[in-house]
Amino acid sequence: MAAVRTSSEVALNRIAIVAVLIATLIFLAPIYWIASTAFKPKELAVSVPPTVLFEPEVTPFVRLFTKRVQMQKTVDPQVYEAAPWWEKRIYDGGERVLKVGKDVQLSQYPDRFMNSLIVAVISTVLAVGMGTFTAYGFSRFKIAGEADLLFFILSTRMLPPVVVAIPMFLMYRAVGLNDSHIGLIILYVAFNLSFSVWLMKGFMDEIPKEYEEAALVDGYTRMQAFFKIVLPEAATGIAATAVFCFITAWNEYAFALIMTNRRAQTAPPFIPSQIGSGLPDWTTIAAGTFLFLLPVAIFTFLLRNHLLRGVTFGAIRK
Amino acid sequence: MASVALTHLDPASRAAARGWSDLTIRNMFIIPTLVFLIVFNIFPLIYSLGYSFTNFAANRSEPWQFVGLQNYRELLTDDHIWSNFVITAKYVIVSVAGQMIVGFGLALLLNRSFPMKGLITTLLLLPMMMSAAVVGLFWQLLYSPSWGPINYVFGLGDFAWLSNPDSALYAVAITDIWMWSPFVMLLSLAGLSAVPQHLYEAAAIDRASWWYTFTRITLPLVSPILLIALIFRTMEAFKTFDIAYTMTTQPTAELIAIRLYKQAFQQWDTGKSCALAYIVLIMVLAITNLYVKYLNKVKER
Repeated sequence: MAAVRTSSEVALNRIAIVAVLIATLIFLAPIYWIASTAFKPKELAVSVPPTVLFEPEVTPFVRLFTKRVQMQKTVDPQVYEAAPWWEKRIYDGGERVLKVGKDVQLSQYPDRFMNSLIVAVISTVLAVGMGTFTAYGFSRFKIAGEADLLFFILSTRMLPPVVVAIPMFLMYRAVGLNDSHIGLIILYVAFNLSFSVWLMKGFMDEIPKEYEEAALVDGYTRMQAFFKIVLPEAATGIAATAVFCFITAWNEYAFALIMTNRRAQTAPPFIPSQIGSGLPDWTTIAAGTFLFLLPVAIFTFLLRNHLLRGVTFGAIRK
Repeated sequence: MASVALTHLDPASRAAARGWSDLTIRNMFIIPTLVFLIVFNIFPLIYSLGYSFTNFAANRSEPWQFVGLQNYRELLTDDHIWSNFVITAKYVIVSVAGQMIVGFGLALLLNRSFPMKGLITTLLLLPMMMSAAVVGLFWQLLYSPSWGPINYVFGLGDFAWLSNPDSALYAVAITDIWMWSPFVMLLSLAGLSAVPQHLYEAAAIDRASWWYTFTRITLPLVSPILLIALIFRTMEAFKTFDIAYTMTTQPTAELIAIRLYKQAFQQWDTGKSCALAYIVLIMVLAITNLYVKYLNKVKER
């Protein structure tokens, strides 16, 4: 750029920066709305006009994790006084926390959240593990029809989930894998594997072959060279790929909707199913959504330097 | 003795002599993945190809019959299916065009240095990292005719975005644009930052107008990457299921993937839904081929 800038260029630059800030605010507004609704008292979530400023509270999160019943009459003052603060909050909302004996009954949300976690973590480990080996194979050895094989691998990701889901549903039903963690894990590995291979191949190609060759000269076997030289070099790539696979599995909806209904249901089909009929409790739904989005928001920040590669299957480098 | 003989070989062969051969390792690394993908992707497709020629219904135990091409014939002459394809095409055009314009526009604005640029870029990427089903669910609240913030901010009164047959599809497309413009922005930014600065300097010396610089330097050099974004998003928009399915039940917003889901898992018309899946599949593969073709072209540059 020319060292001297005309005043009109400076003005234009300022306008652009202001425009960026406005655009950012518009883009973040829906996310702010989710986050803020999760901390609103129930009646403020559906107020007219919409409430922007309010005193935040955690009642929606308590509601998210406990089973409640609508109260028939006003609560006994003694019981109310004896209750812990979070139960008082629910009492104030005209509901009572459901208990069996002394134990508070949990809602289904913690289970669904755990299912999401189990399925996403295990399928990520498997997809990234297999993908790393395969990417190394493609990166270092001559393979007949390499381009075609890589295209085949990529093409498995291009299929619409609903198309694959129909035969998979029938096959799973035949072998009893419906509504099981294993069934969902297998599907997510199949779904993420192509991505993992493509992304890891990009990272592998960047590790100089000379590193392993030096190790081979030093008396390492090829496997030792792979584990002791190549894998540590590829560590950042592996981490980035893992987070991408995790986010995909974490967010997946169509397979989970079709293949699970109770035992292994994950959060993405569960949260919308809570809307039901009548007036939905948006604060509780927002609280569930907020918790569910939190890991993804954190990973996005950790990943920001790898994002471009990740979203394009490693086809484009930054 | 042995070590003396080995020094005459290249490092790979010497390593091979100590452990598994490269060929073994290569096969061990690659074959499991290929087998896995064939078993869980290709085999189910062959399985459903078989079913697509039958009147099989997964919720009934009656024996099924081979019906030949009848499913395909019925689907291709069914006006409802065609209207689902037309809806999908409309959706793809509106949402992809919106994403290209918003995304590329944002990238042009962002393509300069200013404080907190990294943070702002990352924040802008958040929508596309979310679960589409949950995003769709939550936009129902934003669109709500009585207490939704969107109608309040834009003064639209009680306009029912999602239950109005004329607007439901566009409401879903707007959400999709919100979610995926950041993707186009990310790719465009990469393309813009790759344009050699000296071209702009030369243009500045020649006192070229902003428009001239933009159309003669920026656009031609960024267009390959924009094309990738376009094909990528087209492919994804064509497959859209979750976001639309959680947002609205309007028949005017019934995309082909939703139609397919209903046919398979609500009407349990398994044989026919397998045939429809094949029709959709062929279309997706056509777009995919385009994508790979252009990807290779761009890579050669």
